Amino acid sequence: MPVSITNSKLIYDGLKACDVRLIAALPETWLVHLIRMADEDRAMTLVRVAREEEAIGIAAGAHLAGVNAALLMQNHGFLAAINPVVSLAFLYKIPLLMLISYRGHVGEKDPWQTQGGLVTEPLLRALNIPTWQLSAAHDVARQLKDAQTLAHASLTPVAVLLTRDLMWEDG
Amino acid sequence: MKTSDALRAIYPELERRIVVTIMGATASELYALGHRPNFFYLEHAMGLASSMGLGIALSMPEQQVIVLDGDGSLLMNLGTLSTMARYKPGNLLHIVLDNESLLSVGGFPTATATGTDLAGVARAAGIPRVTEARTVPEFQKAVSDTLRARMLTTIVAKVEAVPPASYYMDLTLLENRFQFWRHLQSLRHSSPSPPAAERVG
Repeated sequence: MPVSITNSKLIYDGLKACDVRLIAALPETWLVHLIRMADEDRAMTLVRVAREEEAIGIAAGAHLAGVNAALLMQNHGFLAAINPVVSLAFLYKIPLLMLISYRGHVGEKDPWQTQGGLVTEPLLRALNIPTWQLSAAHDVARQLKDAQTLAHASLTPVAVLLTRDLMWEDG
Repeated sequence: MKTSDALRAIYPELERRIVVTIMGATASELYALGHRPNFFYLEHAMGLASSMGLGIALSMPEQQVIVLDGDGSLLMNLGTLSTMARYKPGNLLHIVLDNESLLSVGGFPTATATGTDLAGVARAAGIPRVTEARTVPEFQKAVSDTLRARMLTTIVAKVEAVPPASYYMDLTLLENRFQFWRHLQSLRHSSPSPPAAERVG
């Protein structure tokens, strides 16, 4: 599977450097290594959810309990979670660090991913969610830290889009 | 059993625990009994009170968390049962006040009115301890037994679809949020227990 293990490790190490202690996740292809790393890390609480809305609630609970959380989901999972992003995270001023695999964008071969890919950035803009695209391996740790810093300072959700350039190694 | 009587009967247990409620009648009835800084009323995001409770329970394993859920809310997020069952935090008590109705929006019957058995769904999802209560004494006993058992439990309590005397709560959402957050931080700092991020399950 050509999902980059090296860059997944960079992202995971970046989350650890942000003192993330709880990860709520729903698996998808690009996230498999990240989720495996969380699963193998005895110091990480990994919560595998059935649907992404749950992950927003779980991360909100962790925040109120004083634990840094991160979310791992596909962009289609983000679409499924928009209501609690609005009516829990924004309404109650809860910071969220959302790592979203950016499927359906340039280079996508799976037709079923493409519609969600087209609407991801317009929706993030419409929701006024600060968004970074992670594409350069050397900058991953800094960008994750900056995203978390803004989330905590503004008490809002922030989105980090994990791009094909970063996650995929075409053989 | 009326929701107000059920909550009054267990209020002494709620008073000392971290409580997350759904919106509407449940929140109003609890608020009317007496607000505490350890009570959080999720005034939207229907279905996610149990997910928030799970996030808190996993993050603060030394604290008991009680979620006051409803049939309408739980039906919106049945997946929460399988997620809670997967991690089984022993410090999480999930109470479902089942009035078979979306009471706060005018009393539309939910699927529990036509035969859906939430206790059965919870059992089948793998919740290790599921009990049911139809009277106040049964409910009170179910709650106190559970708090001694320290095992993830769902209690389905059948309650009448009677609206509260008032839905008014003199508490803004953000006031509740920051007060609750600050209270949880004080619990963290006063606790001699191991780090909250310890792995569960």
